Amino acid sequence: MLLHEYQTKEIFKKNGIPVPQGEVASTPDEVYAIAQRLGGPCVVKAQIHAGGRGKGGGIRLVKTAEEARSAAQDLLGKPLITPQTGPQGKIVHQLWVEQPSEIEKEYYLGMVMDRAKACPVVIASVAGGMDIEEVASQSPRKILKEPVDPSMGLGDYQGRKLAEKLGFTGSTASQFTSILKALCKTFQASDGSLLEVNPLVKTKSGDLVALDAKFNIDNNALFRQKELAAMQDTREEDPTELEANRAGLSYVKLNGNIGCLVNGAGLAMATMDTIKLYGGEPANFLDVGGGASKEQVSQAFQIILADPNVSAIFVNIFGGILKCDVLAQGIVDAVKEAHIQVPLVVRLEGTHVEKGREILKSSGLKIEPAESMAEGAQKAVSFVAKG
Amino acid sequence: MSILVNKSSRVVVQGITGKTGLFHTQQCLAYGTRIVAGVTPGKGGTQVEGISVFDTVDKAVRKMKADVSLIFVPPPFAADAILEAADAKVPLIICITEGIPVLDMTRVYHFLQRTKSRLVGPNCPGVITPGECKVGIMPGVIHKPGTVGVISRSGTLTYEAVDQLTRSGLGQSTCVGIGGDPIIGSSFIDVLKLFEKDPGTEAIVMIGEIGGEAEEQAAKFIKKNVTKPVVGFIAGQTAPKGKRMGHAGAIIAGGKGTAKEKMEALQAAGVVMAPSANEIGATMVRILRGEERQRSVAS
Repeated sequence: MLLHEYQTKEIFKKNGIPVPQGEVASTPDEVYAIAQRLGGPCVVKAQIHAGGRGKGGGIRLVKTAEEARSAAQDLLGKPLITPQTGPQGKIVHQLWVEQPSEIEKEYYLGMVMDRAKACPVVIASVAGGMDIEEVASQSPRKILKEPVDPSMGLGDYQGRKLAEKLGFTGSTASQFTSILKALCKTFQASDGSLLEVNPLVKTKSGDLVALDAKFNIDNNALFRQKELAAMQDTREEDPTELEANRAGLSYVKLNGNIGCLVNGAGLAMATMDTIKLYGGEPANFLDVGGGASKEQVSQAFQIILADPNVSAIFVNIFGGILKCDVLAQGIVDAVKEAHIQVPLVVRLEGTHVEKGREILKSSGLKIEPAESMAEGAQKAVSFVAKG
Repeated sequence: MSILVNKSSRVVVQGITGKTGLFHTQQCLAYGTRIVAGVTPGKGGTQVEGISVFDTVDKAVRKMKADVSLIFVPPPFAADAILEAADAKVPLIICITEGIPVLDMTRVYHFLQRTKSRLVGPNCPGVITPGECKVGIMPGVIHKPGTVGVISRSGTLTYEAVDQLTRSGLGQSTCVGIGGDPIIGSSFIDVLKLFEKDPGTEAIVMIGEIGGEAEEQAAKFIKKNVTKPVVGFIAGQTAPKGKRMGHAGAIIAGGKGTAKEKMEALQAAGVVMAPSANEIGATMVRILRGEERQRSVAS
């Protein structure tokens, strides 16, 4: 679950990580009031879940509260298009208004989970403000990494080591170490999966400030991160993906026209790959779970059909513990309830498959059976090709 | 022969009185697995399916000599359940639970380094040695005793592969689901080592997916250390970047972990990649026939 910049900055502030003074607003009048309180010039930043906001005109430096208000009028309620949003952009609902910082130099500071080392790792670089992936691929030497012991946390010595390598001296170096320790603590206490401060800036007075912030929380930990879970901005999520989540389904919308309904994540990915192999384009990833219930199958059909691009559906189920006959009945009921108009290809395999196939056949519904994943994918592709 | 579990394995089920735990206990018993004890804190002294339930793993191990633990404990308590099994010196811990916070797994992982316990999973279907012992949630009926070892990050895709093998007449020595989470107990390499050493395993099927670099690391290991033929498959060739595909670990992050990179690495290590998920069994048949011919020429 991704947090907004302003939410992350508020968390930072609570945990002793310096951020520019600022407030969040959702109307031009609020923006005006904040700008007045801050006094003097300020920065108005669009709060959307996408990077490249500066390039899209979503970050405005204004001189007066009046200018802040007009920038807000310009941004609020309208889509902001950045290199990461796609052509339709993302609607701006909130703005963060902060005091501008006098930047001397920009740095990158981040934390991720290192899978191989099985621990969080700090990433730091003198190449701040840039796309860190680009830095990593073009000048990997500029990337510094420090693993964080999951039980002990980050050691002071690790902070000093990084500070030295980044070129910090004197009080800036000790400030860096304390920021880094606070970041690690925040990351662990919040069940973070990714935390980025890009850039971390050194101001002309030698202070370090987190100028931008991106924080991703481990979805699996939301049960114990109730405060953070409540911060989720559902307007930022794909509505169908949200609905699927609530139904206990895992759904990702894609751009093709063959809807997929599969049990198990690996098989679901393999099904998409097989469709592509035979020249088709999957409309979605959908995993109803290794032991899907009848109700889940029914909800899955509705979610797939909500996508107007879908012109055929391929159901690929490997019934293991869940018997194929039970599942076939679920499909038949769901098809009847959802009034499915598009061609439906069903491949069933596993326990009680004969009974399952018989149920599909005798239902009188137009269901195209397939003996294998490949045959099913081919049939779905040819249905779409016929139009 | 086989790896990890066999007909003399003595299994304790943690979370045996829960709905999922109970159902799969019944399924494992029906397959012939020797489940000797169950654990649910607070339910000690009761019985389930004729199996004694204990309050702690420690007591279950002391009383019933369990040497494999099968965990169905819900995510908030699963990490603690793994630690409890390791503390009770259970040599093999198989955790089925999906949805454990990754931070918990960082701590579990490092704790286990200081013990002799081996963890398989979490978020996995478990381990089966066909005809002998099923410690997991996979459908027993599709398996058949034989000489192909199977390792996979997936659940149903593994069943798909196993089913293809069985239909092609190829049985399995042991099938191991290592799990779909970012941090797991046993890696591809850990299991490859066991299959390479196991005289009952002639060839290996390895099924990976997008996310992380476990397949690339396995490829390096295979090139150096695995003499047995390996058939590979990677799921997620069409997966978009930055989107989690069901499994917590199946995500292309920062441009890393694509199917293409993994397939190329495995191919370069001499692994024969199945062209599609539909041809995993057929690819193995081709490889083994080739091998057989070579052998008959040699003799």
